[in-house]
Amino acid sequence: MAEFEPKIMAFLCNWCSYAGADLAGVSRIQYPPNTRVIRVPCSGRVDPMFILKCLQDGYDGVLVSGCHPGDCHYISGNYVARRKFAVLKVLLEFMGLEPDRVQFSWVSAGEGEKFSQVISRVTETVRKLGPARKLVKTGYRE
Amino acid sequence: MNNGDQIKEAKVNEIVDSIKKIFVDEKLDVLIGYEKGSLPLRGTPCFVESADDLDRVIFDFTCHNNIAKYLADEKKRPGDPRKVGIIAKGCDARAIAQLIVEDQYPREKVVIIGVPCTGVIDPAKLRVALSGKDLADYKIEGDNIILIGDDFKIELPRIELLQGGCLSCKYPNAPQYDYFIGEPAKPIAARDEFAIIEDLASKPADERWAYFENEYSACTRCYACRNACPLCYCEECFVDRSMPAWLGKGNELSDNIVYHIVRVLHLAGRCVDCGACAAACPLGIDVRIIGKRIEKEVLDRFGYVAGLDFETQPALAAFREDDKEEFIM
Repeated sequence: MAEFEPKIMAFLCNWCSYAGADLAGVSRIQYPPNTRVIRVPCSGRVDPMFILKCLQDGYDGVLVSGCHPGDCHYISGNYVARRKFAVLKVLLEFMGLEPDRVQFSWVSAGEGEKFSQVISRVTETVRKLGPARKLVKTGYRE
Repeated sequence: MNNGDQIKEAKVNEIVDSIKKIFVDEKLDVLIGYEKGSLPLRGTPCFVESADDLDRVIFDFTCHNNIAKYLADEKKRPGDPRKVGIIAKGCDARAIAQLIVEDQYPREKVVIIGVPCTGVIDPAKLRVALSGKDLADYKIEGDNIILIGDDFKIELPRIELLQGGCLSCKYPNAPQYDYFIGEPAKPIAARDEFAIIEDLASKPADERWAYFENEYSACTRCYACRNACPLCYCEECFVDRSMPAWLGKGNELSDNIVYHIVRVLHLAGRCVDCGACAAACPLGIDVRIIGKRIEKEVLDRFGYVAGLDFETQPALAAFREDDKEEFIM
């Protein structure tokens, strides 16, 4: 059997992390090809429902990345997001739902190197956990 | 607890007399309260629009519904908001305060009439206690309650029929009110508030997951928990949306679990833990515990308790620059 390759959804904020990913690309920094990117206007745009939906639809992990605190294009979007994600993470842990599949990071537009490190770390963490099974809907099971 | 102060519910006529006066003084358009239900031990919400009609209003431990729900419904009536009086237990009053904070009803149009609450009945526990038999009547004797039917008599401590949340309730009296009828009640304090979640949290992750899988596999997604909740007032709930369809219509466990997670996330930092969701569940599913876990986190992390005043913004609608972020990579 081929080695398990995790499928990871990354929600990147338009103003920082998406530009950080772009910088990693133009700088030709290598990182694992396991992520699919959705560009969002702000990490505050990411509803916990999006994250759960990814886990239901066969993604093994989800990364949400936004601007560093204080750098939000919309002033406070990432502060509000931080509270939302803190609560989500604790609830996943409480329910025994592998909270490590869901990760958050702050990556600025200048941090191409950090972006590649974040993607590597998330990919390795999720690879160790193995394929997601708990929330996956029947139609998306292998 | 001793006999004397165990059931210090306001006397029926005291309630009616006080409310009549309030109704006239405050020029209320409607009073939302409770009346005797058609079954024993089931107080039922009632709406009174005239002071002459107030004699049917009661309040005792059978009045388990959270009637702040009807304040959120009142907003949907066409025309100017009516002046509403509400009989409020501690949890009702907190839900009302939360609705006012969230601009769901103008403060000056609500008259909160606090009543002391010594815990309310849990319909699910009553169903279990009766095990299918028909209840004809009941009697209170000291700390005990006697359930009487045609061919049976069951005596048990009254506390065993109360809702789980009532046993650890910290706010049996309205924290904010315009009038208060009777003597403030003491909390039952039979249990630590977060004991139920600590029991579960001490188990390994797989066991916890197995517990929730088992609980929610019975869920038929009737949405009674959502409909009973005083703070679920969205015009269109995410579960009803078809573009995009967040949840499937089928009976899939994954959808059941996601529904329950998202429901409590929408209530994060707003839930007043009245237990209306758990009491409404026809299948007796533990729908409350994950909300309780969030309530604990909101308290520990953000130092916030919902529904204590009319100004503080709910925890997840606010932020501090120095909020902890140990979970961020």
